[in-house]
Amino acid sequence: MTNNKDSNQDTQDLSRRKFLKSGGLVAGGLLGGSLFGGLLTSQFQKDSKKDVAPQADKQVTFDARTFFSRNEDFALLSAATERIYPENKNGMGAIELGVPYFIDRQCASNWGRNANDYMVGPFPSITKTDVYEEEKRQTNEVITSSTVVKLPAGTANYQTKMTRGTFFLEGLNAMEKTSQDKFNERFINLEPEQQDEILQMFEKGEVKFSGVDSADFFSLLRQTTIEGVYADPVYGGNRNMEAWRMKEYPGPIMSFLDKIEEEEFIVMEPSSLRNYQGL
Amino acid sequence: MAKKLDKVDVVVVGSGWAGGIVSAELSKAGYQVVMLERGKDQTRSDFIGVKDELRYTNRHEMIEKLTGDTITSRVSIGDAALPVRLQKDMNTGTDLGGGSMHWAGSVYRWRSYDFEIRSKTIERYGEGKIPEGMQIRDWGITYDELEPYYAKWEQTAGISGEPDPLGDNRSNEYPNPPMLASPAIKLFKESAKEIGLHPYQMASGNMSQTYTNPDGETLNQCMFCSFCTMYGCDFGSKSDPLATVIPTARKTGNCEIRTNSLVRRVIHKDGKATGVLYTDTRTGQEFEQPADVVVLAAFTFSNNRLLMLSDIGEIYNPETRKGTIGRNFTGQFNSTFLGATGFFNDKKFNYYMGAGGLGGALSDYDADLFDHTDLDFIHGGGIELRQYGDAAIKNNFVPKGTPTWGEEFKEKSLFYAFRTLTVWYSAAVMPWWHNFMDLDPTYKDEFGDPLLRITNKLTEQDKNIAKFGIEKCTEIVEAMGADIIDQDEMPDQFDHTYGGMHYIGGVAMGEDPETSAVNNYLQLWEMENLFVVGGSALPHFSSHHPTPTIGALSYRAAEGIEKYLKEKGGLLTQPKSSGVKA
Repeated sequence: MTNNKDSNQDTQDLSRRKFLKSGGLVAGGLLGGSLFGGLLTSQFQKDSKKDVAPQADKQVTFDARTFFSRNEDFALLSAATERIYPENKNGMGAIELGVPYFIDRQCASNWGRNANDYMVGPFPSITKTDVYEEEKRQTNEVITSSTVVKLPAGTANYQTKMTRGTFFLEGLNAMEKTSQDKFNERFINLEPEQQDEILQMFEKGEVKFSGVDSADFFSLLRQTTIEGVYADPVYGGNRNMEAWRMKEYPGPIMSFLDKIEEEEFIVMEPSSLRNYQGL
Repeated sequence: MAKKLDKVDVVVVGSGWAGGIVSAELSKAGYQVVMLERGKDQTRSDFIGVKDELRYTNRHEMIEKLTGDTITSRVSIGDAALPVRLQKDMNTGTDLGGGSMHWAGSVYRWRSYDFEIRSKTIERYGEGKIPEGMQIRDWGITYDELEPYYAKWEQTAGISGEPDPLGDNRSNEYPNPPMLASPAIKLFKESAKEIGLHPYQMASGNMSQTYTNPDGETLNQCMFCSFCTMYGCDFGSKSDPLATVIPTARKTGNCEIRTNSLVRRVIHKDGKATGVLYTDTRTGQEFEQPADVVVLAAFTFSNNRLLMLSDIGEIYNPETRKGTIGRNFTGQFNSTFLGATGFFNDKKFNYYMGAGGLGGALSDYDADLFDHTDLDFIHGGGIELRQYGDAAIKNNFVPKGTPTWGEEFKEKSLFYAFRTLTVWYSAAVMPWWHNFMDLDPTYKDEFGDPLLRITNKLTEQDKNIAKFGIEKCTEIVEAMGADIIDQDEMPDQFDHTYGGMHYIGGVAMGEDPETSAVNNYLQLWEMENLFVVGGSALPHFSSHHPTPTIGALSYRAAEGIEKYLKEKGGLLTQPKSSGVKA
């Protein structure tokens, strides 16, 4: 299997990951934009100077947040995605693959704004589990804006006015609050095992917040992380097709007509949508 | 005020297989046809370079947007229905060619048993075999009568295949040989044969070779590139309306296609349809298109809703079990594709290659091909192993008990990425008195018209048939030598997701106007110049996808419409009372 890691890797990502992990630097959310930039640069220089490839050999990326305004939210998101898809002996984790930037762009897209979905009311208040949980469990009834209705059995569908982008912001807030309540510490400063503990609480739907069903939020976070890891690199994740290399997935290929009957597993150097479109 | 246009012979609502076939046949016969499509225009070159899993499979680029309208859904009659809000939970087609543009391409004729299901069940097991409330009945047409239309559709679509060894009679061969078999498909077929079953290579709307159909349209050989389901074909190798019937209709010079045209009412006077009212979705301008014959050939949901909004026919009332519009709603739900997944430690398959209609299949547990005397359900299901070609987001299979995220998930999902094969049972779904469509009292579309409401409950029949199928699939996966076998679990209840695209009924065909809305030419009993073509005509859901049956019935309907125009009126088949209360 070919490994292009050294030649094409975006070294800024490495430094950013280390930066985000060294949580003390961002504690309290006190850092201004310019100071943040300065620290990032110094971290970058300190850690990666000897690895810096000549600019001409590098793919240039222009990552910046276009949805998450606050650095704290983005740092938390990054740390959470890395626990869902961690760096290990198989290769890069979510941060290095660009997943947080993938999610940022998705939240700013039609998908994040639910632009293709039916978002007309009335919205039954079934996501407000803190307020209506007892009613829901006991009588299967919830209160809508005007009437009391019996919920369809097994309703699992999206019935909130919140867009996915807002859902992300609310969910991340809820994760941060859970971290403070449980460990008296910011999520990004927790040990990985503690971070996992919080993610598991969300996964099991144990955390109750107004407006957010924690299990639904976890499911959205997990699915979006997996998408960011494995979608075509054009969306900001799966940097340099490294996740496809880990999986031995070749990406879009014109034809397998001559290979479909082959008995042996065939490993190909992956090719992206950009290659496929002949750009 | 709607702008009134010049009258034409036939106006067709919808541009999928149903609308495409009707438009092609009638324009070939010299009639002036206007085809109206709510979505945008598209050509086959729009699909070049679109192999993008996120955009198409996960973000549903080719699926109808729900911004303007959707359906509402509930389980029981006493519940309030809630809207299906997310596009991912309601996959219906849109744009020129409709849902047929992103179909996978699996091709199965339905069974002779299907068309006479009530008579044949009673004949073999007695009337007591049919549970109270299951509204099965004969279709008013036999397999033998429909067979020539199946054959015609297969020739037009260029189907690649070999006959099912347990299949019904065929008047001719498939026009193209079967698709190439991959090692995984060979393993499935050999293993099934070893345990006494009758596997074969499933028939496909993907071309096994370059093919020119009887209308002169050419389709190219399939490249096994794996981007079929949810995609338009990059190479013109998948049979769809843009490759076949739409260009055929265009060539005649008699068919005008108008896209971005959302039909909102059938206009009628004195028991006859006079035309349709539609809105240009770009400008908001309203038009009235008069016609001698109106053909509704949209998706099941739209066909039903248009009749209800236009106040044509009697909406089914579950309390009295009277009324036919909205009756016999069925489809493929979360109980339909359950089976068993095998994880192989020492085998790796090139499962990133494939095609939508590439697979092995068997019919040993389908329809009434096995004895149901001691079973607690009727009908059956098809068994399949399908090699669609898995892309990277979809392909994250891990054995049960593995965490779904974190270190162990990453490790195992990478290891099993191409070591996982699934065999499933596509169970038939019967109609019940309590499953139906009507109009929602609360939720509205962008024009203020009520949304269509679905009431649908899984039954003991659905659960029993699925459990049976899961066991049969497991036996095959065991024979295939998997190291770990995970069985699917039967859901407790319908989950309100309509992701499978196959929802039928509501304007069902039959011979008794008490229980059917259209006759066997899909002509509405109570409005003889209105034909309602498509999945809405199917009275129950058989064991496989409906496309070929919709294609066959569309050819039958086209023949009927031509006859109706020539004979200047009248019912093409006379009603018969079946005396069945169901």
